[in-house]
Amino acid sequence: MIQLSRWKVIVLAVALFFGVLLALPNVLSPAQRAALPGFMPKNALNLGLDLQGGSYLLLEVDVEAMRTKRVDNLIEDVRVALREAAIPTNQITREAGGAVITLADPARSEAAYEALRTLVGAAGPNGAPERVATRLPDGRVRLAFTQQTLDAMGPTAVDQSIEVVRRRIDSLGTREPSITRQGAERIVVQAPGESDPAALERVIGQTAQLTFQMVDSENSVQDAVAGRVPPDAELLLAEDGVTPFLIKKRVLVSGENLTRAGVGADQSGRPAIDFRFDGEGARRFGEATAANIGKPFAIVLDGKVISAPTIISPITGGTGQITGSYSIASASELVNLLNGGALPAPLTVEERRVVTAELGADAVENGKISTIIGFIIIVVFMILAYGFLFGGISVIGLVLNGLLIIAAMSLTQATLTLPGIAGLVLTFAVAVDANVLIYERMRDEARAGRSVIASLDAGFNKAMGTIIDANLTTLVAAMIMFIFGAGPVRGFAWTLTIGVFTSVFSSVLVAQVLLAYWLKIKRPKTLPIAESVR
Amino acid sequence: MTWWPLIKVLPQKTNFHFVRYARVAAALSIVLCTASIIGCFYPGLNMGIDFRGGAVMELTKPNNEALDIAAVRESVAELGLGDVGVQGIDNASSAIVRFQVPDGQAQAAVVNRVQSTINEAVGPVTYSGVSVVGSKVSGELFTSGLLALGVAVLLMFAYIWFRFEPQFGFGAIAGLLHDVILTFGLIVLFKLEFSLNMVAAILTVIGYSMNDTVVVFDRLRENLRKYKTMPLREVIDLSLNETLSRTIITGVTAVMVLAALAIFGGEALFGFSIALMFGIIVGTYSSIYVGAPIILLWGVKRGELADDAKPVKLGMASRP
Repeated sequence: MIQLSRWKVIVLAVALFFGVLLALPNVLSPAQRAALPGFMPKNALNLGLDLQGGSYLLLEVDVEAMRTKRVDNLIEDVRVALREAAIPTNQITREAGGAVITLADPARSEAAYEALRTLVGAAGPNGAPERVATRLPDGRVRLAFTQQTLDAMGPTAVDQSIEVVRRRIDSLGTREPSITRQGAERIVVQAPGESDPAALERVIGQTAQLTFQMVDSENSVQDAVAGRVPPDAELLLAEDGVTPFLIKKRVLVSGENLTRAGVGADQSGRPAIDFRFDGEGARRFGEATAANIGKPFAIVLDGKVISAPTIISPITGGTGQITGSYSIASASELVNLLNGGALPAPLTVEERRVVTAELGADAVENGKISTIIGFIIIVVFMILAYGFLFGGISVIGLVLNGLLIIAAMSLTQATLTLPGIAGLVLTFAVAVDANVLIYERMRDEARAGRSVIASLDAGFNKAMGTIIDANLTTLVAAMIMFIFGAGPVRGFAWTLTIGVFTSVFSSVLVAQVLLAYWLKIKRPKTLPIAESVR
Repeated sequence: MTWWPLIKVLPQKTNFHFVRYARVAAALSIVLCTASIIGCFYPGLNMGIDFRGGAVMELTKPNNEALDIAAVRESVAELGLGDVGVQGIDNASSAIVRFQVPDGQAQAAVVNRVQSTINEAVGPVTYSGVSVVGSKVSGELFTSGLLALGVAVLLMFAYIWFRFEPQFGFGAIAGLLHDVILTFGLIVLFKLEFSLNMVAAILTVIGYSMNDTVVVFDRLRENLRKYKTMPLREVIDLSLNETLSRTIITGVTAVMVLAALAIFGGEALFGFSIALMFGIIVGTYSSIYVGAPIILLWGVKRGELADDAKPVKLGMASRP
């Protein structure tokens, strides 16, 4: 094993070459990195948010709220459809995924069923209609979402939310945000650098559901405030949070039919929001306004009435304007929200971690200092314990190990976190363990009276099994951390994992090759680390 | 220069009778472990926001002005958020504020309110780090943290069982639990914050403790094969003595490096490094005094050759 085999030298040389090449970007400035020729690796260490500063948000998509909302809309559709068909109802009861309608005259259940069938809607994404209408044996009629549709709502909502959040964050100009799904109903947003976490949260947190609904002018707002809200209307507040409005539940046109919003100006030159509907939206808005001239309608954003103008003439062109007390900044924020699309369901922030760039830089500084000091301690200790030759060999192995860890972390773009730095430091400490195991074996063998060559050989052979066993346990622990851990802990686990591989590789191989050279050149008679001749 | 390299100065061959003191060590370990377990429930772990939910913010008065910590504490306490902790750090101008976000209140709103209250009380300050964890997430983090520790212990047990023999597995697992429990004891004793990082530290202790145990067991297995007629307790002593220099060198290196990390790594890594350092020390102790002697205990229980049991039969030969 100790003979100088050519392939080991080659493997070491290749490892050294790639180690230097892949670790190189870390010592270059960003400008120098950009100037590297195409074949050179450009990735430096990917620092975690705790080291470079930034915001981390864990958002939960409230799928249940969205399901409730969809059923609300379905019930409104039922009400309108039956009224148009002039079929009086006694009661509409809400059930898990739909509504059960009790008719005033059970004999008309056939007619009601036919009226509701028009609401079953177009085929969904998988070919089946979204909703089903059924006649119950007791003459009641049921309209509900299919189980498939209900099941698909969650994943679809999360996918759509990720898209919307991405568009909104892009409009903020945040540098390289990462938006990923976590589990069934969660989204992780990581925005590195010095972004404004408050703006980030404001922009993400708004659902931006824009709807146009009629104001209920037949019933009095006072009655509604006193608790007598008609079944087809709801009590909403204005943006000031005080003024109440009684609004018909039925949605004339919603934000989904919006094609483009922009910042404009109202008659008096104050900032306002101009918008344009798509074809369907324009048609529906035209019909609704033509039928309700002289009555007020409301523009509702996320459950708040932002304005309630009176319809003077039918609006058929498909364009409109929202006026209010906007500043240029708040108007453009709203425009970005509208253009980014509405979130299909409300998002709640479950976890939020913000680290400023200065704090991150401090952490990097502390990490650097402790790594360097730890490294020096190991070097001094190993040389004191095993002398320049054997101690020095471990140190060379250690340097290669450090290089390879940085190279591997840069290559895989694994995130280096603060605990990750601790993992790195610990890896160095445990890396010399392989050398210690080998050297102690060699000493055992020399003590047993073996020749230098035989001692070296047996040292490597016998220690190898132990080294592998010992490192596999660390690897298992690191794997568990990676699977169960979150955020920084994963960084620690990854650093530890890479460290296990590189440290076994470099400490064993470096020692083998260098000791083989030493044997060849010096032809020693005694082992320098063995007990001196008695 | 006969004193260097130092390794030559270390006794060539130690001959400690470790097993002789195993009873005393076992008694000590049992007492300490019991105390640690009790400590985990009373007074209990100092849970960080990772596991308890709530908010932590670090604030600094600009230009190294002194920060009136009492005023900060008073102003936040008046908001009625329950348990509020305010702690000054390294210099007089920074502090860490911890508080709970009441259920059903929007995190962002509560954080903003606390920040503006503090600004009113002590003038403008900058917030360098703000973390808020919702109660739902913190509960999940806690469960998955404990789960990770449990799975780690089980996997280690399976690993040793597979690579060695069941009786080695019991010894290793006893040593492992011992180390984990005592590390928890330290965390309680010094009121270190139990956070996600701490779980990582304990998992690393598990890795290291196993590492140490495996080295001893490897030698033990080899010696059992080599000295077929030597009484078990002597084989154990011999193996422990033979691996002692390695155990000490590796342990000392790791502890020194972690000490550097604790001293220079800053606030964030302090508790983490201390727990690791302690875990490595008890891990070293346990591979000598818990893992190996338990094998002896097991051998005796088998009643095969009473105290001086015959060598344990080895199934899997892992190497020639």
